[in-house]
Amino acid sequence: MPKIITDVVCPYCGCLCDDLEVVIENNKIIETRSNCELGTKRFLDSDIPTRLKTPRIRVNGEFKEVSMDEAVQRAAEILVKAKRPLLYGWSSTECDAIKVGVELAEELGAVFDDTTSVCHGPTTLALQEVGISTCTLGDIKNRADLVIYWGCNPLQAHPRHLSRYTTFPRGFFRERGQENRTLVVVDVRKTDTAKLANHFLQVKPNYDYELISAFRLAIKGYKVPDFVGGIPREKIEEIAGIMKRSQFIAIFFGLGVTMSGAKNRTIDNILSLTRDLHKFTKCVIMPMRGHYNVTGFNEVSTWETGFPYAVDFSRGYPRYNPGETSTIDVLMRGEVDAALIVASDPIAHFPKEATKHLMSIPIVAIDSHESLTTEVASVVIPAAIAGIEVDGTAYRMDHVPIRLRKILEPPPGVLPDRQILARVLENVRRLKGEAQ
Amino acid sequence: MKPLLIKNGYVYDPLNKINGEKVDIAVKDGKIVEESQINPLEAEVIDASNKVVMPGGIDIHTHIAGYAINAGRLYRPEDGHLLLEPRVSVRRSGSGYSVPSTFVTGYRYARMGYTMLCEPAMPPLLARHTHEELNDIPIVDTVAFTLLGNNWIVAQYLKKGEYEKCAAFVAWMLRATKGYCIKMVNPGGVEAWAWRSNVKDLNDPVPHFGITPAEFIHGLSIVNEMLRLPHSIHLHTNQLGVPGNFEITLGSFELTREVKANPIKGERKQSIHVTHAQFSSYGGDSWKTFESKAGAVAKYVNSNPHVTIDIGQVVPGETTTMTADGPLEYNLHSLNYLKWINHGIEIETGGGLVPFIYSRTSPVNSVQWATGLELALLIENPFQVYLSTDHPNAGPFIRYPKIISWLMSRRARESELQRLHAVTGKRSIIETINREYTLYEIAIVTRAGQAVALGISDIKGHLGVGADADIAVYDLDPNNLTSEGIEKAFSRALYTIKSGEIVVKDGEVVREGRGKRFWVNPKVNETLERTMLRDVRSTFAQYYTVTMANFPVQEAYVPLSSEIKIETTSIS
Repeated sequence: MPKIITDVVCPYCGCLCDDLEVVIENNKIIETRSNCELGTKRFLDSDIPTRLKTPRIRVNGEFKEVSMDEAVQRAAEILVKAKRPLLYGWSSTECDAIKVGVELAEELGAVFDDTTSVCHGPTTLALQEVGISTCTLGDIKNRADLVIYWGCNPLQAHPRHLSRYTTFPRGFFRERGQENRTLVVVDVRKTDTAKLANHFLQVKPNYDYELISAFRLAIKGYKVPDFVGGIPREKIEEIAGIMKRSQFIAIFFGLGVTMSGAKNRTIDNILSLTRDLHKFTKCVIMPMRGHYNVTGFNEVSTWETGFPYAVDFSRGYPRYNPGETSTIDVLMRGEVDAALIVASDPIAHFPKEATKHLMSIPIVAIDSHESLTTEVASVVIPAAIAGIEVDGTAYRMDHVPIRLRKILEPPPGVLPDRQILARVLENVRRLKGEAQ
Repeated sequence: MKPLLIKNGYVYDPLNKINGEKVDIAVKDGKIVEESQINPLEAEVIDASNKVVMPGGIDIHTHIAGYAINAGRLYRPEDGHLLLEPRVSVRRSGSGYSVPSTFVTGYRYARMGYTMLCEPAMPPLLARHTHEELNDIPIVDTVAFTLLGNNWIVAQYLKKGEYEKCAAFVAWMLRATKGYCIKMVNPGGVEAWAWRSNVKDLNDPVPHFGITPAEFIHGLSIVNEMLRLPHSIHLHTNQLGVPGNFEITLGSFELTREVKANPIKGERKQSIHVTHAQFSSYGGDSWKTFESKAGAVAKYVNSNPHVTIDIGQVVPGETTTMTADGPLEYNLHSLNYLKWINHGIEIETGGGLVPFIYSRTSPVNSVQWATGLELALLIENPFQVYLSTDHPNAGPFIRYPKIISWLMSRRARESELQRLHAVTGKRSIIETINREYTLYEIAIVTRAGQAVALGISDIKGHLGVGADADIAVYDLDPNNLTSEGIEKAFSRALYTIKSGEIVVKDGEVVREGRGKRFWVNPKVNETLERTMLRDVRSTFAQYYTVTMANFPVQEAYVPLSSEIKIETTSIS
């Protein structure tokens, strides 16, 4: 008999939808309901040929299948031997695993970093400069009458974002849903999200900073140039007018803004626009976080160490100096001599020079599926999938913590990240004790 | 666990009326026992000759865990770099001065002899976050206060006068969030701030909901006593931090004068606790005419046993302000232009943060300093006033020993006063106050009083047989007190004992235990609960963005759970 499990939380993107129904038969997922395409694939992929089930270590260039004990021991040896280990990944696992990660980094004097470093890192730097006016997604659902997506395409990347949280749903003060709201999209190309918009502003690539500045001028009544980033003055003034007349504005931005031109200075500018709008109305802003628990990584790292990412423990206390202590930088400088990668695939995503160095050092990879990183790793430890085979905490993009559910048993012998890491930590401590 | 015997110390245990007498304290299995219960040959003996022995300190209001403090850490790495602690054998590493990371928060409190902390601002939707952080604060016992003073469902029930359903909802919320009491922050004003507005006084209706702050305060105080909660309502007043707000504070006190305290246990008399009252005791009508009205507030408190307060003492220097009071933080930002965080939390509450420097050259900040101390010194019964800085709002908690020295020494106050703005003497009466706290009174305002107000004086805040063995020993000779000696002794406890184990020795943490989480679980009549849940279910389905099944805090978040069960099935 198939079993239907309700209120399942989706461990895929930063939307962290928690209203799924999953149908299970014989410890296999048959179907998920209320889910988007990306989330569905996440669940159904728990049992595909690339799923890792046995630990392996590299011997003379070839992979050899080994016991969990042996793999964990080898991982610990690599990490203890390293002078400057890097512990990276973390955004697609649950918070308890991240906590063990902090402890392991502290024990090893390692650099501890996550995907924020190559993603919304500029957002973090900007809000450390100017702060941020934000809210939970429900506040937007209930109140927002103007929704702006800037440099992001949620219809493809966060498919239920508009329908569950921001634009389409009926809210307490927006009883007619989309009819009560204006949707504005700013992007360099006409995305599927842009096609839905009441107003689409096709900004020239790398002119986001200028366009934001133009809005800051326009809302204060200053004259703006005839064209800014390819957008005519009349359009800018029209949108500025809509902003000032709105009761509650919600701005969302993606990597189209964080990674364009002036990077954190662009974010600084858009956060300042949000703040400036408080002279007239209410305005909130939120980065579109990608991985389902990247926000959770920032939270855990911050409360345990004081810093959100790029934490360097080499001096015994946590030190934070992005640009110096961040992953890409320690790799580009060739400092790192071993890496532990958890639930992430940096080899597939990092800049070439960083990847080159990473491939030249021993890597311990803990992941549920094969990836380019597991292919080049020295030790590969299969992990159970948090949110499907393991419970735990994840933080939605608006910092709302939700308890992930365990709905399936992992493959035999496959452990959760937190248990694998605890065993690595135990072995590291033992090896360090022996060395003394 | 080895039994302990603390010998020859001068004991200050106000709840047992012990005022500096030499009494030996015996400890076994985490509890204080009769001396005859332990074998002196097996026991570890602490020689406390010429030392002060007190129950472990209790902080009734300190922002240590959850969304707001973590946002403070995240957006203020410059604060993190001010005070770093490395990893050593028994201790984890950490950072932060006004917004310390969790591990070092526990260590720093323990070093000062504190063993129990109250996190005062837990938004229900983010309750898991608060509990996760509390679980990472070592040594101390903790509780978290559930924010309910801007909640839509509470507003709708109270507006209709449906107190019973409101009580059932509050009971459900406290259980769902594993909370300890009803916390209100600028009732109604935070909801108004979601539209960039505020409520201007106790009778200003909230947009759309129509309920007034007065109805919120009065209604929830009635609900609080219907539910027989151990603590009273815990209020951050409207128009906090604004010149002339003392009248709103007095008005808030008045609202619960006829409400009788009805706790399930303990002997609290108050039906309202106004927190960080310093920020709510201002006269004048602008920053130019700003003055202390602590005298008027103290006068009211002195003739009304239904009120308790904590002071929220300002300490000159840099800090981070954080509160659920969204409009307040925007106003602060408009004053100092420092980086501003704002947060809105659907259906429930909001908040914000701004870094702040309390400057000795600022007339307003100087008068704020005087206002807090005046409250402490003019309120006659120390069981009605407690020491706090509303950490980190008026200053980081590590400054408590400084405040204790100001309370105990007129000379210490005068030497600080000389460094403050000259207007302080004209806008306050601090110069004219001669009172100096005794160690007995310090023991009340830092532990015994809090225990009574929180309704946990059965096991906390005293050293009688049966109490939890949470004890502080300070290297202080009561016969030879100096303000410098006082500050030094309270900064680094000679011993801190938590649940019968030595966790601090010579001012340093030697053992990292885990504290308990206290939370209340009131049970109401089942039919009433079912009716209430029908309303709540539709609110969840339509307006929240998490499902009702995923909302309550799971058992996993309170691993060392200490549940206080309350039967109030008579409410129907």
